[in-house]
Amino acid sequence: MIRPLVTRLFDRMHAHPLFRAHSRKAVISLPFVWLLIFMLLPFFIILKISFAQMGIASFLPLTQFKDGVLALNLDLTHYQFIVQDQLYFRTYLNSLKCAAWTTAWCLFIGYPFAYFMARAKATVQPALLMLVMLPFWTSYLLRVYAWKGLLLNGGLVSTILIKTHLDWVLLQAEVITERGMFMNTEFALLVGMVYTYLPFMILPLYATLSKMDGRLLEAAADLGATPWVGFWKVTVPLSKAGIIAGSMLVFIPCIGEYVIPELLGGPQTLMIGRVLYDEYFGNLDWPMASSVAVVLILLIILPLAVFNKYQAEATEVRP
Amino acid sequence: MTLRALVRTGVAKFFGRAWLVAGFVFLYVPIVALVVYSFNASPMPVVWAGASLRWYRELPHDQELLRGVWLSLQIALYSAVGAVVLGALASFALVKYKRFWGRTLFAGMVNAPLVMPEVIIGLSLLLMLVSMQQSLGFPQRGMFTIWMGHVLLGMAYATVVIQARLQDLNPELEQAAADLGARPIQVFFLVTLPLIVNALVSAFLLTFTLSLDDVVLAAFLNGPGSTTLPLVIFSRARLGMRPDINAAATVIIAVVSVVVVGGSLFIVRTERRRAAEIAAAQRA
Repeated sequence: MIRPLVTRLFDRMHAHPLFRAHSRKAVISLPFVWLLIFMLLPFFIILKISFAQMGIASFLPLTQFKDGVLALNLDLTHYQFIVQDQLYFRTYLNSLKCAAWTTAWCLFIGYPFAYFMARAKATVQPALLMLVMLPFWTSYLLRVYAWKGLLLNGGLVSTILIKTHLDWVLLQAEVITERGMFMNTEFALLVGMVYTYLPFMILPLYATLSKMDGRLLEAAADLGATPWVGFWKVTVPLSKAGIIAGSMLVFIPCIGEYVIPELLGGPQTLMIGRVLYDEYFGNLDWPMASSVAVVLILLIILPLAVFNKYQAEATEVRP
Repeated sequence: MTLRALVRTGVAKFFGRAWLVAGFVFLYVPIVALVVYSFNASPMPVVWAGASLRWYRELPHDQELLRGVWLSLQIALYSAVGAVVLGALASFALVKYKRFWGRTLFAGMVNAPLVMPEVIIGLSLLLMLVSMQQSLGFPQRGMFTIWMGHVLLGMAYATVVIQARLQDLNPELEQAAADLGARPIQVFFLVTLPLIVNALVSAFLLTFTLSLDDVVLAAFLNGPGSTTLPLVIFSRARLGMRPDINAAATVIIAVVSVVVVGGSLFIVRTERRRAAEIAAAQRA
């Protein structure tokens, strides 16, 4: 009953010359225009605001037309301040350092994990994949919050670390400042970051490793390579796309992370995401917050380009 | 096989299993601890004082939390719909049309929110909306602006999921339908859509949970009276551990797990049925 009606409707719609000429354009332009307005335009707006002077209630306009003279007021003091101020410089550096450490640990834990997952029996692989993805579905805010309970004095992980004297090692590594105190330290921040971003590393790695042809390793072995050599000369180079995509998926968002430093790192953590947030909500200084964001974008633009190149190759997961 | 080789493969196997188990312990211990401590009778976060349902009994009386839940569910539903529609269109554009003006820019913009720090998206979107409001008088900050942010974020994830599925699609199926006289729009609704419906469902679930989970964008884009559930939880979690958050968290995790596992089972089942249908059609 309804089906022929719908088909007739489609027929007429499709016969319409306007539709014929524009269906392709519509498919492309609808998401394109949406992204141009809500993704690209906002960046130009913060770029503009970052050069604006802060007035009493809001910022002043950049251009002024008076007595036939067009004046352009570019206020560079915010950028000057970012470059000259020690605290900003250290915060950017510390954010990069923290993101780099997180990426390194995720790779160290995630690569063997993805490797063994890809080599597990074909029947259990979908279940393993599901198990990696399930925490990813449950709220990350709640999972970060859960670490608070584990790291507080008397918490499970805190107790284990003290009993095994691993807190002494952490103290020597200078990620905690006092034995037995883990909350609000670099250690807590790093654990939270690695924990949150580990699935982002595992999934692209697993995707490339599971697509690998096992006969290549056999060929390497036949040609006299030990398993160790075969791993480094065959497996690792073939998973390059996964390594790069996974690292970028961890590294880039980590630089600007806000929630994890706020909940686990404590008030003295120098992370640029926090500074930006405080600049906006605490000081209500829009031009300053915009300048901080623009510099942050400049920092991530190169890794972003690398990510785009390898993303398509690696993020496809085939269970 | 020599004894040495046997020992070596045995050790490798053991090492592999141990690494996987340790990894899963790392991933799941915090979640288990969160759930266990929600049944703690003591209001002290790490002191166990016996099992109790006290915090669950208090949940239905927590007005702030309930308002947050209702608002978040609405926003999540609308943003999942928006993100899946836009994500599907974007995937079609990227997979079907290999060349069009600005394709590289388009692909870059679609992917950017996957990695772009949320503080940047939040701040830039907010400042744009504020400028818009100053010159046009709308939109007021609130549910609608949060929705915009979530659609933007969700669209990127939806595109990844749907795009992967579209790339795997056998083009012969669509060609066959066209050869049999189906118009392009019929091909889409009768052939393509049923084939990608699984990807649409998983994209919907993913964007729904993303929206339900987001703190940073909501913090920038919310207005008076639009405090979402994650904002309520975050503002309480900042102050310390509270057992009522654990109880709320357990309920959320339980609901999400049931929905995700159910959704996955549905996807696996339809996938099998479709594979069987295709195999039967090929035999015939």
